Amino acid sequence: MIPTTFGAPGIFPGPVLLIVLLLAGLLASSGARADDPDAAFASGVAALSADNFADKQAAVTAITDTRHKNARAVLATLLDGKLHFRNTDNRVFITDGGETTLALTDPLTLQSAGNAPAEEFTRVTTNNSLRKTLRSAVASFALAEPDASVRLAAVKEMSRSLDEEGVALLRAALEKESDAAVKQAMSEGIAMVDLASDDADTRLAALEALKRSLSLELASRLKDMTTPAEDGSYAEPDERVREAAREVARSIESSRRVYSTIETLFFGLSLGSVLVLCAIGLAITFGVMGVINMAHGELMMLGAYTTYVVQLAMPNHIGLSLFVAIPLAFLVSGAVGMLIERGVVRFLYGRPLETLLATFGVSLILQQIVRDVFTANNRPVETPSWMSGSLLYNEALSFTYNRLYVILFMMVVFAILLAVLQKTSLGLKVRAVAQNRNMARAMGVRTQWVDAMTFGLGSGIAGVAGVALSQLTNVGPNLGQQYIIDSFMVVVFGGVGNLWGTLIGGMSLGVANKILEPWAGAVLAKILVLVALILFIQRRPRGLFPQKGRAAEN
Amino acid sequence: MKFTRRLAVLGAAMAMTLGATAQAADTIKVGVLHSLSGTMAISETTLKDTVLMLIDEQNKKGGLLGKKLEAVVVDPASNWPLFAEKAEQLLVKDKVAVVFGCWTSVSRKSVLPVFEKNNGLLFYPVQYEGEESSKNVFYTGAAPNQQAIPAVDYLAKDLGVKRWVLAGTDYVYPRTTNKILEAYLKSKGVADSDIMINYTPFGHSDWQSIVSDIKKFGSAGKKTAVVSTINGDANVPFYKELGNQKISAEDIPVVAFSVGEEELAGIDTKPLVGHLAAWNYFMSEKSPANSEWIKKWHAFTKNPKRTFNDPMEAHVIGFQMWVKAVEKAKTTDVAKVTDAMIGLEAPNLTGGVAKMLPNHHLTKPVLIGEVRADGQFDTVWKTAGLVPGDAWSDFLPGSKDIEADWVTLKCGNYNTKTKTCSGQNYK
Repeated sequence: MIPTTFGAPGIFPGPVLLIVLLLAGLLASSGARADDPDAAFASGVAALSADNFADKQAAVTAITDTRHKNARAVLATLLDGKLHFRNTDNRVFITDGGETTLALTDPLTLQSAGNAPAEEFTRVTTNNSLRKTLRSAVASFALAEPDASVRLAAVKEMSRSLDEEGVALLRAALEKESDAAVKQAMSEGIAMVDLASDDADTRLAALEALKRSLSLELASRLKDMTTPAEDGSYAEPDERVREAAREVARSIESSRRVYSTIETLFFGLSLGSVLVLCAIGLAITFGVMGVINMAHGELMMLGAYTTYVVQLAMPNHIGLSLFVAIPLAFLVSGAVGMLIERGVVRFLYGRPLETLLATFGVSLILQQIVRDVFTANNRPVETPSWMSGSLLYNEALSFTYNRLYVILFMMVVFAILLAVLQKTSLGLKVRAVAQNRNMARAMGVRTQWVDAMTFGLGSGIAGVAGVALSQLTNVGPNLGQQYIIDSFMVVVFGGVGNLWGTLIGGMSLGVANKILEPWAGAVLAKILVLVALILFIQRRPRGLFPQKGRAAEN
Repeated sequence: MKFTRRLAVLGAAMAMTLGATAQAADTIKVGVLHSLSGTMAISETTLKDTVLMLIDEQNKKGGLLGKKLEAVVVDPASNWPLFAEKAEQLLVKDKVAVVFGCWTSVSRKSVLPVFEKNNGLLFYPVQYEGEESSKNVFYTGAAPNQQAIPAVDYLAKDLGVKRWVLAGTDYVYPRTTNKILEAYLKSKGVADSDIMINYTPFGHSDWQSIVSDIKKFGSAGKKTAVVSTINGDANVPFYKELGNQKISAEDIPVVAFSVGEEELAGIDTKPLVGHLAAWNYFMSEKSPANSEWIKKWHAFTKNPKRTFNDPMEAHVIGFQMWVKAVEKAKTTDVAKVTDAMIGLEAPNLTGGVAKMLPNHHLTKPVLIGEVRADGQFDTVWKTAGLVPGDAWSDFLPGSKDIEADWVTLKCGNYNTKTKTCSGQNYK
């Protein structure tokens, strides 16, 4: 293709023209193309108003192939869902604006074309495969961006679905590339295509480039190459290549196995953290005071609803609302807890069965109150943006932010609680009353007041756990019931009256659950853990870390 | 003075009670059996409101057979045995003429013996697994051949899906649907190793490892899709986890059979854009009948943001048909109404006409939609015409030879090979 075949080159500024020419020349080998890029671009854009996705797909490919200076803008706009066409003449515009009027931009000139009522226009819709093509096409325009991380993202995007033209673009860009990471990504992308080459040496070189890959797609392709067919022949004819392929496959498999173990451990720890958060308040009311509080789950539910109410009050500061909700939830649940203690539990000390029944009744009352106030439907609690998504370590390993924060949050809560019990005068009194009530009273400790405060502390922690739960599960009146059994399980397993036991117990139950889940399924894994726990309690009725000394004897 | 006033109050009270009894005799009672609390409340509460709107609408038109309609609403609380108790209460104590209710198949299976014993009439508005046709039930939702099979066809043909994850909640609907889908996929030559099946309990919230497994299963180079029969509020954390683990619909699309506009209304839909749902109705479909009903719904709920969805459309169609059948039979007697129902027609809100077939199922269009950022669906595929509902799947070995026909065969479970009617079996 020679420059003279371009019509009206005068409208192009010099350097842009040069790039367009270069890129167009680069792609010229791929077949017939329109002589006039402007005309080709215009007809491609016009074809976007088609009513079926196959035609739109063809139009997108045509637009990409023109490498027109406006192509990237048009395709990116289409990806954002901001491309509309006029109902009367099917003319396509880049649009911006609200529900009633649209600000129009002409895609051919990128000049404003005035405003128009929205009802005269129809949005150019996309579907999944079209969006995939679009993303890859938009990425192909970003290969020359100055920012290396943008280039890297573009290469990764293109590598998801590489066609001949994409490979040609990558090869050309690779020569000019200076950044090592981008180079690596480019050569890996090209190597995936080269793996299907007819030349054995090219395939060998491709495998060399893919040595450090973690791709499962590559692993399954390598498996196909090296597995003999029924007649003993291989899809890969060259023995050298087969050997190299086996080598790469082994390395993928072994690193994948390591990462997958780390991942399972992480899942287990995060589930464990949720369990510990739920159980830790109970470890105080049940473990230290010996009160079986069946309303513990409902106190968590109150914490979750507090989060919801706080979010309602400050809808524009979702991230901040969580930090406001934590102390508020502590106060709300703590106050309700103290009310339960003063109103019900204190009359029933030393009568566990009655306490159990009475607090169960309280739990039903609390559920019904919430149903009456907030309706029985789940309430939507928003997740702040910094808690969505995941921390990407590499292709095989990533950590979701919400779970990372839960682990962190649990550790902070645990540390604070431990400090309160060990370092403050309230903690001293709590421990004294737990060890020997009469002696503590003789020493001048107001045991009734300490009981109320302890119960309030445990309940408040339940409320704080509720804030965390609101980010992980549905906030509804039944929230508490889902976690009450698990909480008791953790406390009993860890050893009654031992905070560290609760921590270790919760974490091990979480990890055990997650190790079992992949091969037993979610339902069976839970059952297995429960059965194992029953057997364990049979052997060691006082849990993992039983209390020793005189306190253990009552 | 004081005494007379007290007497007057008493008299007024008596008059009111009398009035109430008199009124009760002049009304036709309509039972509403939907969970208003528990894990299914997310889906079922609007169905209750829909029936109330339909009754209100009919009463404004002058009622039925010269009587007013009266709703009897009960809350079975997503508790399956309670469904049977509440159904018994509606049929025996309240003596309702018809019941609109149930969502999950396990609740329908739970009330089925009650309806057959007391000769009640149930309109069931949700897509389900088929393998059933009761004389006392009209299935206004989709059978598997009106939702699951076309959805899988779309994924295989239009998206080129080669690997399949069948994920569902652990109860009868997902298990039966997945059994049908598995048989169907295998009949199309899909290998065992390319199908992954996973079940989770109701209300499941810790999806990390399952979603991670799906991601690994789907990144082996073959186009993979998830067919989700996950029901109730477990969907919210499921889709959140998909978003968090960055599984995009372009790589691994999830096609859901139980997630519609109402379920999406409660969550942030931006990470879900492009995921799919298969239904027989979408609120975003443009048709005069659709916008008319949406307008009525917004006026009734006094909330212009309330969503309309597929099971609601099924209730609209079912209710209109029941009204027509009662008018035709000139009585609410169940046997006469059931006979009058067959062959009745009501317009689908997305175009075409729903017709009640002799097997108690409807003809329906099938639509596949992609989730938009605003929680609505863009229809990306649609059947050319209407698909008649098939009660007994052609892809399961046991049910291939079974026919349901309440007109000529008078049987919901007729074996065409042995020529016997084995009646309903409650499994």
